[in-house]
Amino acid sequence: MNTVISVSGVSKVFNQGRDNRVSALESINLEIDSGEFVSLLGPSGCGKSTLLRLIGDLTSPSTGAVLVNGKSAAQARRGREYGMVFQQATLYDWRTVSRNVQLPLEIMGHSREQREARTQEMLKLVQLESFGRHYPWQLSGGMQQRVAIARALAFQPSILLMDEPFGALDEMTRERMQMELLRIWEQTKNTVVFVTHSIPEAVFLSSRVVVMSARPGRIAGIINIDVPQPRNFETREHPRFFEKITEVRECLRQGETNTHKGPPS
Amino acid sequence: MTVAQTVELGLDENQRDAQWRLALRRAASFLLILLLLCGVWEGYKALGQATRGKVPFTSLKLPIRPDDKSMPHLWTIGGSLLQPARRGGEDILLVILLKAALFTWREAVMGFVGGSVIGFLLGAIFGRFLLFERSLMPYIVASQTVPLLAIAPMIVIWGGRLNWPAWWSVSIISAYLTFFPVTINTLRGLRSPNLTAVELMRSYAASEMQILLKLRLPAALPYIFTALKVSATASVIGAIVGELPSGIQDGLGRVLLTFSYYYISGPEKLYASIVGAAALGILFAVIVALAERWIVPEGRRLSE
Amino acid sequence: MSQVADLAAPIEQELLPQPGAASRWRDRLRRFLPPAIVFVLALVLWEAVVNIFHIEGFLLPKPSVIAATFIAESSVVFPAGLFTMREAVGGFVLGSLLGIAIALATARWAAVAEGMMPFAIAVNSTPIVALAPIMNQWFGITNPLAKMSIVAVIVFFPVMINTVKGLTQVDAAALELMRSYAATDLAVLLRVRIPNSLPYLFSALKVSSTLSVIGAIVSEYFGGSREALGVYISQQAALFHFGEAWSAIIIACLMGIAFYAILLTLERLIMPWHVSIRATDEE
Ligand SMILES: Nc1ncnc2c1ncn2[C@@H]1O[C@H](COP(=O)(O)OP(=O)(O)O)[C@@H](O)[C@H]1O
Ligand SMILES: [Mg+2]
Repeated sequence: MNTVISVSGVSKVFNQGRDNRVSALESINLEIDSGEFVSLLGPSGCGKSTLLRLIGDLTSPSTGAVLVNGKSAAQARRGREYGMVFQQATLYDWRTVSRNVQLPLEIMGHSREQREARTQEMLKLVQLESFGRHYPWQLSGGMQQRVAIARALAFQPSILLMDEPFGALDEMTRERMQMELLRIWEQTKNTVVFVTHSIPEAVFLSSRVVVMSARPGRIAGIINIDVPQPRNFETREHPRFFEKITEVRECLRQGETNTHKGPPS
Repeated sequence: MTVAQTVELGLDENQRDAQWRLALRRAASFLLILLLLCGVWEGYKALGQATRGKVPFTSLKLPIRPDDKSMPHLWTIGGSLLQPARRGGEDILLVILLKAALFTWREAVMGFVGGSVIGFLLGAIFGRFLLFERSLMPYIVASQTVPLLAIAPMIVIWGGRLNWPAWWSVSIISAYLTFFPVTINTLRGLRSPNLTAVELMRSYAASEMQILLKLRLPAALPYIFTALKVSATASVIGAIVGELPSGIQDGLGRVLLTFSYYYISGPEKLYASIVGAAALGILFAVIVALAERWIVPEGRRLSE
Repeated sequence: MSQVADLAAPIEQELLPQPGAASRWRDRLRRFLPPAIVFVLALVLWEAVVNIFHIEGFLLPKPSVIAATFIAESSVVFPAGLFTMREAVGGFVLGSLLGIAIALATARWAAVAEGMMPFAIAVNSTPIVALAPIMNQWFGITNPLAKMSIVAVIVFFPVMINTVKGLTQVDAAALELMRSYAATDLAVLLRVRIPNSLPYLFSALKVSSTLSVIGAIVSEYFGGSREALGVYISQQAALFHFGEAWSAIIIACLMGIAFYAILLTLERLIMPWHVSIRATDEE
């Protein structure tokens, strides 16, 4: 497996030189291979979003470097390698569902036929074929989030960056969406970086879980999830699943105590 | 002092800093634009006079004649303030304008107060009784499509019949413009608390009156003040427009009318009077804005 | 300013078509019946009061008299209204195009847009009609451009400010999304900023529509063509012909409301996604 994303020696300080200075991330090293599903897990405020945004070049590191396929993150972004999904679906009110999915294709200059074919395909993938002409406000939260995923996948980016995409959904919808995401991931063979603060979600979805601790944001440990693939509803009852959940929880607790013992930041 | 308090103070100071910087930047760009506009005015004049009123290199006439009648020099306008307004008159224009502005302001303040009270009451009634809103709101909105100037003479005549001082009628006209924003925003503000906030009050078995006093009114306050700022300038405009057909001799409306009749003999005086009228409107709006700062806590004010 | 900008929003909600064919008629009845009853009652009361107290016609003409005058004078009042409407619409188009153009040009530089604010406030506080004599001098007293320019000044600032607001107050996440696509500034302008500004723009346009009719009429007070509605009103009022004046006022109101309704319809057509269209069943 070849490395796709490589984060080395990265730290991020907000408001440098002012009295509301925040050290959000410190000495982060992380390598992600092609086709991996990696979760970033940790308590809120530990810098998960910041790390994801660094990878996606929505913000830049204070020190260190983020490389994607050997290029800088900025180059990767300009090369349109990222599909992003945020906690809020961020659909444009003024566009119908299918026009929302088409948005990146328009910007990237695809022809009309290509766009429409692709949109149809994507809507089918997220099982919303019949909702193309609806406006976002006519959809439930879960449906909106599926549109956002369809939009992120529409231009076939090689890397999917997701920041708590299911955070605002109820438990039932959430589990269904997780299954759907895995199904899509198996089909597309994308590299996925997935931010969450739910332990079962991280374990269920990922091939690796990056456990982070707060103040300053650090990687407390990286845990391989060797729960058999493909995952399905039986996975949640698999003994290995529970063992891994325990292991991740243990790692989180350790990260916490280390922080408390460590020097004040 | 606890840690939390220090942190808050720190934030406060930062915010204040940012506010100052913002104010400074606004002032700077304001002055720059003002300078630019003055430059355009004088530049247009100079250019037009050089080309004898033609667009350069063509035989097309400029849309506005660049002569001193159409466009007096800015310094002529400024200077006219310090000269007697009428030949042989005693008062300089500035004094005349100040007196007239004071007179008009009195009308405007009364219209503002009356209009705001009526506007608030209407908003409160509409907020409480949907039927009233449904049956009257369309007419309230339509009332603002009536050209004031057309009804002003009638109101003046009614006032004359009732032996009111003429300026009361002008105040009523001014109130006609004032009440509307207050009604709309009072209604909007009273309806602004979300359902859960109302349900919380219901869970305490609060009476309608208590809900009004403890929830809806405080919630409406920022909305009302936003409307009052609009109304302040509207009341001045209403007073000036109301004076035009009323035959009142002492206000800014009459001054504007007189100088527009005698435009040819001194256009700069009309320009200066318009600036004076604008200054009165701005002054009143600023006063209400200061009152808002004093009454509505920071962070609850609606931004422009 | 924006908080009162969309003045008629509360009733607009009422005017909206609601879904559900069965309850539709009942809804409509519930919405339009009360104002209609008030209308009839007010007219009857008005007529009665004038009759009972023998109020002279020059103080308050009876509705029946106004109606009769309206019909008798319609051959004068309607063309006058049309004449003034042309000025209002001309100035409205001029002012809003200019406002939109300046907004597009300056929205990139926040400082410039902010620097315009004090001017907007100042102009807002000025009785713009006081500029009428100056415009008459500039363009000629009977030149429609003189009135159009007044209307344009009235329309310009609300439109410009609201457009700048709409272009700049964009959801940060919407912009980040575009950044993740490495979209050009032009693409961001066309696909995010401009659509985002449309609701702001329309709320300014709607308010300006009624103001521009009033502005045209009032600026005619300082002199204008004899065909103009404002000139007609001030002449008739000066002669205490209030029946005639009221007829003209009715025309003026109708024009203002019609202009507003046209913009409302246009808004619905251009922004089928807009919040105000999301009719919900309240009961
Ligand atoms: N734009 C910003 N400016 C200042 N501080 C920020 C900014 N973004 C994040 N932070 C700070 O960085 C830390 C990590 O934030 P974030 O990455 O959002 O955490 P998480 O996503 O894990 O909840 C937090 O303490 C947060 O307050
Ligand atoms: Mg986060």
